[in-house]
Amino acid sequence: MEGPERTAAALGTQPRVNGCSGAAHGALRNGYVRGIPASDTQINHIMHNGGLYKRPFNEAFEETPMLVAVLTYVGYGVLTLFGYLRDFMRQWKIEKCQNATEREEQKDFVPLYQDFENFYNRNLYMRIRDSWNRPICSVPGAKVDMMERVSHDYNWTFTYTGRVIKDIINMGSYNYLGFAQKSGTCQEAAAKVLSQYGAGVCSSRQEMGNLDKHEELEKLVARFLGVESAMAYGMGFATNSMNIPALVGKGCLILSDELNHASLVLGARLSGATIRIFKHNNMQSLEKLLKDAIVHGQPRTRRPWKKILILVEGIYSMEGSIVRLPEVIALKKKYKSYLYLDEAHSIGALGPSGRGVVDYFGLNPEDVDVMMGTFTKSFGAAGGYIGGFKELIDYLRTYSHSAVYATSLSPPVVEQIITSMKCIMGEDGTTVG
Amino acid sequence: MDTRGMRSYLYWLYCQFELITCSYLMEPWEKVLFYTFNAAMLLALLYTAYAFLPGHLGAALQSVLQLWGGQQDSQPLPLL
Repeated sequence: MEGPERTAAALGTQPRVNGCSGAAHGALRNGYVRGIPASDTQINHIMHNGGLYKRPFNEAFEETPMLVAVLTYVGYGVLTLFGYLRDFMRQWKIEKCQNATEREEQKDFVPLYQDFENFYNRNLYMRIRDSWNRPICSVPGAKVDMMERVSHDYNWTFTYTGRVIKDIINMGSYNYLGFAQKSGTCQEAAAKVLSQYGAGVCSSRQEMGNLDKHEELEKLVARFLGVESAMAYGMGFATNSMNIPALVGKGCLILSDELNHASLVLGARLSGATIRIFKHNNMQSLEKLLKDAIVHGQPRTRRPWKKILILVEGIYSMEGSIVRLPEVIALKKKYKSYLYLDEAHSIGALGPSGRGVVDYFGLNPEDVDVMMGTFTKSFGAAGGYIGGFKELIDYLRTYSHSAVYATSLSPPVVEQIITSMKCIMGEDGTTVG
Repeated sequence: MDTRGMRSYLYWLYCQFELITCSYLMEPWEKVLFYTFNAAMLLALLYTAYAFLPGHLGAALQSVLQLWGGQQDSQPLPLL
């Protein structure tokens, strides 16, 4: 079979196998991708045979038409000019200043609020911010109820009219599989556990917060993923930001994708390791970084790196692109580095049996060293997990910040995860999953 | 009926204009300022075009013709 088509910028000029012609008119008209020659020049020699991919893997992202881009910048320019005008008026007290400022007596001190930095916040975001952060008052299912609110001073303050707008089509939640409901098996099981265990654990995991429910959940998660052992944490963001510092430290190298989530970035920065960024989903960039890292070693001393960790995500939340996992694993094996896969959005959603991006590509879960994911999206609960070899998880049980200092998962939430996971695995006896 | 369709189409065009120039987001007095400024610039442009364009075009045409005529001294000038 012909090697799957891939270009660095994920745009080609031929129509794709899966039927979507990525070369919309805009792509050719603004000339952005005209310069890209045939894919041969960009295919890495590891992948020529295409044997890494069991099915053709094509992703096409539409390029923005030039007119739209130019007009967007024109709009920004106009609003920036008006922003300067309004700031001038606020400075000279022609208009009342409505964002946070210090008291008059404190004006000579070191400034608390950076006025200049909030320029876009004050002048652009305030004008349109009534479209976000709207409070809902029902379960985030297919339809939600929203509280009505109005603003009389152009979005600086909001007041609630008291009415509720009903049955709004929900296109924004993470409720991918519909497990967040107020009736059904998940809810009944969670209610039963709530009456048994209560809502709060009131302890961290290492102290007194290790319930038998947690052990049951972790065994189930390990079985679901196909790994030896797993550990669950109370918050998905905290899973990343608190466990990466436990795994790498100074003298290690982190290779992180351009578009990684804030939790991965925060964890990487907190760890103190050297961070290098490779272009989004670009395997040539990653290989170049790996080669440089191994050849040159640490910056000044030229010693070899203690550990090289590659941070990728299963599905990138803002782009919607799926990581090229077979190539990443091939590179990881070739250059003997470790892989940390954040499957926040892809667990439960990808793959023939819902086991995530590893299942989607038909790979061995043991190839990924650290499989991380969250329960927030597909399972309709909250929290995160890390799965991997038993030694790794035992190490994390002792050394993770989240295990020592953060409260463990609440029992009804754990029961929700258990029920929904069993439903996806098909073990609850129904054919819903 | 046709005026109804025409008016809604014109309103849609006006909405597009407001969205593109971001005047949809402005407070009323800002919109007045913005439209006045734009209208003034447009009028100035039109006046300049009306006052100076014929003169400039004529001079340009004359210089082009001189160049052409200088090259083709042996041949008679083509009738325009």
